[in-house]
Amino acid sequence: MVQLRFFASLREQLGSGEEQIELPPGVTDISGLTRWLQARDEPWKSALADSRLHIAINQEIVKPDASVTDGDEVAWFPPVTGG
Amino acid sequence: MIRVQAGDFSAGAELEQLRRNNNGRAGAVVSFTGLVRDINAGDTVSEMTLEHYPGMTEKALEKIEQEANSRWALTDSLIIHRVGALQPNDNIVLVIAASKHRRQAFQACEFMIDTLKTEAPFWKKETLPEGTRWVEPGQCG
Repeated sequence: MVQLRFFASLREQLGSGEEQIELPPGVTDISGLTRWLQARDEPWKSALADSRLHIAINQEIVKPDASVTDGDEVAWFPPVTGG
Repeated sequence: MIRVQAGDFSAGAELEQLRRNNNGRAGAVVSFTGLVRDINAGDTVSEMTLEHYPGMTEKALEKIEQEANSRWALTDSLIIHRVGALQPNDNIVLVIAASKHRRQAFQACEFMIDTLKTEAPFWKKETLPEGTRWVEPGQCG
């Protein structure tokens, strides 16, 4: 299983903060996982198309070509605005 | 030390505690306190809600504090950041850096708050008269 997490404005757009999925066949990296999610109905396609989104695997920032494996926690979120 | 908490903090109490534990090592203590403003981008803000990523946020703050301690010779450091619903004039964030001399403390404090603003996973949502709005990067500060 892979734990998916979405935060802030993205969480609101998707109407979902987290879900668990089986790693889809053929998906090996973040780009592939994002494309797989975008194949769902809107708002997934447009919400995840935002190039400013950050991605973290197991709570570490990664690039879109980072590998995803079973048991990972993957998070998508907009640029941060704390402080 | 780092803390992420819903409750309030007292910058004065934290500074005094740090001074009591200092035992004469530091000669300079620099602090930054961030507060909720009542106007942002020309709009009246009645409430600001801070969202975070539990676990990752704490790790990010620890990394920032460690980086500051590796770059400057600090005798003590502290980052506190609040989450949840806050009102104008409420405390948001406290950053303290203590060192033998002021320059290192000033630089380390500035580094920690600047890095926190671009790297720590927190997101601000404002409540305005017309509804709510997520703060864009560079719009706050």
